[in-house]
Amino acid sequence: MANTLRVPVVENILNANDQFAALNRSQLDSYAIFGINIMASPGAGKTSLILQTIRVLEKEMKIAVVEGDTAPVTIDADKVLAAGIPAVQINTGGDCHLDAVMLKNGLAQLPLDQVDLVIVENVGNLVCPAAFNLGTHANVLVASIPEGDDKPYKYPAIYRGLEVLIINKTDLMPYIDFNMDYYRRGVEMLNPGLVTFPVSCKTGEGIEAWADWLRKHVKKSNKSE
Amino acid sequence: MHELAVTESVLNIAVDHANKAGAKRVTDIYLVIGRLASIVDDSVQFYWDIISQNTICDKAQLHFKRMPANILCLDCGNEFPLEDELCPCPSCAGSRLKVITGDEFSLDSIEIEK
Repeated sequence: MANTLRVPVVENILNANDQFAALNRSQLDSYAIFGINIMASPGAGKTSLILQTIRVLEKEMKIAVVEGDTAPVTIDADKVLAAGIPAVQINTGGDCHLDAVMLKNGLAQLPLDQVDLVIVENVGNLVCPAAFNLGTHANVLVASIPEGDDKPYKYPAIYRGLEVLIINKTDLMPYIDFNMDYYRRGVEMLNPGLVTFPVSCKTGEGIEAWADWLRKHVKKSNKSE
Repeated sequence: MHELAVTESVLNIAVDHANKAGAKRVTDIYLVIGRLASIVDDSVQFYWDIISQNTICDKAQLHFKRMPANILCLDCGNEFPLEDELCPCPSCAGSRLKVITGDEFSLDSIEIEK
């Protein structure tokens, strides 16, 4: 029987991902680009929010979009391209989240020297994207009224890592039993003082406040076309 | 769930450290996982048995040390364990909370044969 030896490792399991995330961050910073990672459950309105954001801000800053999808469907990327904005599609091959390497490959396909704001649309999922740091500057969650007011309690991890919370589909409040106080109390326990914007991507209500937040964070340069 | 990606990372780290230590074989892998990490042990074990085949880690035993979740109330300073659903501070009902432990997610050590 061979003798065994205990070797200390003490390494974060997702250390490799974190190292690529750090590379992404320094690449974004070297181009003075502000990067946001938009997460949500399927159907919460990630693409709608991106299209509204483009509508409001495209004349003030140069925007590019990285679309993450689990299947090779270009529905979301096509909508962004139709709005005249550079977009790349990342197919995760069935994986439930984007990771930092996938984003690195996506960024490599964008004209970064002509971009002020990179919007990453993560895979629709409230569990897995929370575990994978991408290296963007802000994690943004699009929650929506029809999903129900219990989501912070059921998916705490994703709420804890956020810089911004968007509560979408506020126009549906009259039709749905959504207790905003209960929802907000859950959010407060997970992420005290979280910057929150109630919006309706349908009516455009609240979008301006979100756009103002982006205006404060995006370093507008005079990057040429 | 993302157990496959996590299990692949565990394998990469273990193989890397085993090679550096001049191991012939890895017999045991010790993981420290906080209660708040969204990882199912059985699922990691399932993937592990498949992806570790034909590597230096083949048939290595995975050990999961689960760390409890402890919460600090930022209002009154009370520390309390999170047992079930997220709840306000049991002492002052405050909702400004901070997680002290429960996020651990590391490969602590490996046991090798030289």
